[in-house]
Amino acid sequence: MKAIKEKHSLAMRWCHWVNFPILTIMIWSGMLIYWANDEYSVTIFGHRFFRFFPDWFYNTLKIPHRLAEGMAFHFLFMWFFTLNGVLYVLYTIISGEWRELAPKRNSFREAWQVLMHDLHIRKMAPPQNKYNAAQRIAYTAIILMGIGSVVTGLAVYKPVQFYYLVWLCGGYHFARILHFALTLGYVFFFVIHVVQVILAGWKNFSPVISGFEVVNESPKPVTHIKHEHAEEK
Amino acid sequence: MNTPKKNKKPKKELTVEQRVTRRNFISFGVFAVLAGGAYEGWRWLYKSPDEVAGTTGGAHKPLRRALNKTELFFRRVFSDNHLVKTYPKSMAAKRVRVNSDIGIEAGKKFDPAAWKLQVIKKPGDVLQVTLDDLKKLPKTEIVFDFKCVEGWDQIQHWGGVKFSDFISHYGLTDQAKMQYVGMETPDKGYYIGLDMPSAMHPQTILAYEVNDKPLPLEHGAPLRLIVTVKYGIKNLKRIGAISFSNTRPRDYWAEQGYDYYSGL
Repeated sequence: MKAIKEKHSLAMRWCHWVNFPILTIMIWSGMLIYWANDEYSVTIFGHRFFRFFPDWFYNTLKIPHRLAEGMAFHFLFMWFFTLNGVLYVLYTIISGEWRELAPKRNSFREAWQVLMHDLHIRKMAPPQNKYNAAQRIAYTAIILMGIGSVVTGLAVYKPVQFYYLVWLCGGYHFARILHFALTLGYVFFFVIHVVQVILAGWKNFSPVISGFEVVNESPKPVTHIKHEHAEEK
Repeated sequence: MNTPKKNKKPKKELTVEQRVTRRNFISFGVFAVLAGGAYEGWRWLYKSPDEVAGTTGGAHKPLRRALNKTELFFRRVFSDNHLVKTYPKSMAAKRVRVNSDIGIEAGKKFDPAAWKLQVIKKPGDVLQVTLDDLKKLPKTEIVFDFKCVEGWDQIQHWGGVKFSDFISHYGLTDQAKMQYVGMETPDKGYYIGLDMPSAMHPQTILAYEVNDKPLPLEHGAPLRLIVTVKYGIKNLKRIGAISFSNTRPRDYWAEQGYDYYSGL
């Protein structure tokens, strides 16, 4: 028999979908700022493999000569980015949902198995509750990255007033590098995240908007239901 | 009231399919409306007109408002006890970066020997100070990480008169009770406005030396501002005049879309 099962809370869905456009704006305005001193590249043994960023990239996105505008957008949306993140973290702590999200002792081993399964190297998927081990690690890491962006951002933004954050980040220069690297991390996360969501299909995506999923429930004792679910996955 | 019968009729329970359809309709509908609203909000902001040009200019009107509100917030964090990190002299750059020559262009006629600092105590009351006068005051040196709004930074070594020493020596304490200091190049080609707390910060100096030598012209000879709690754009070279006011003095880069405060 079909039944409705609550999956994602309203708070989680709200924070997720509010964060998406805000983070996009932060990355875009951040690039407007970065352009004014675009000194980072991937250089190994003196050979430069890639420059952040090539001219075609800047020109396609109309990035050049917009430093002041970039700063104005960045320093407005930083408030919303931080506020939304704080709300989310508070919510997961108060509601207890962090238990579904924080990696457990065996998560790192299991995450490897998830990866092998996703790459079609391993047939059996490891068991999971709401999130599998790889998801637990990814969704916790992205929160830590968000905190990292706020901390390194503040260090670069007010390095004299928040001198202790600058110290924590290994200096002003390094804080700016970290701030940039975290942004690359978000883009990397985004690509993997979207590919995974597409592969997982509509039934997995829909609850992130509606909050519920439709499950087949058979009138069996509770312990058996759990067992059946594990097999379905 | 007229149809109590209808109300009393027991409601037929919805089937699972009906509830699924209904909840999907509501949630996806709300999602679409909010997404549309967010998009429209973004378009409004992105296309919002620029502020009316005045002391500040060149920024979207709502964004300028946000910058000014954000300034108020971070002014509360500001403290004279928050000092920029200092370094040993040996770490200072030998070739100090020159990033701009607005107001001090090489082609311009300027005689450093004839220069006098004009301190406008109040309209019509101008105090003139020579470089030799300033050199008699206690010298303050600082080696710190100079930060440009563009994103680069460089450890530099500057020497000169602490601005707060300058104020007390010339009896400008009444002027220092005002909210802002304005500085301009002799040709008025470059100009900045500085909030008084930043100007009176213990690490703000009127510099006449770099790396223990008199300032070269491209670094703002004979006297320039070094204000460690601001980006380079506020570190005016070749100070011609200093004035005081309770309203924001004009500021070159604030007129071009940058934050007026630009504090670090």
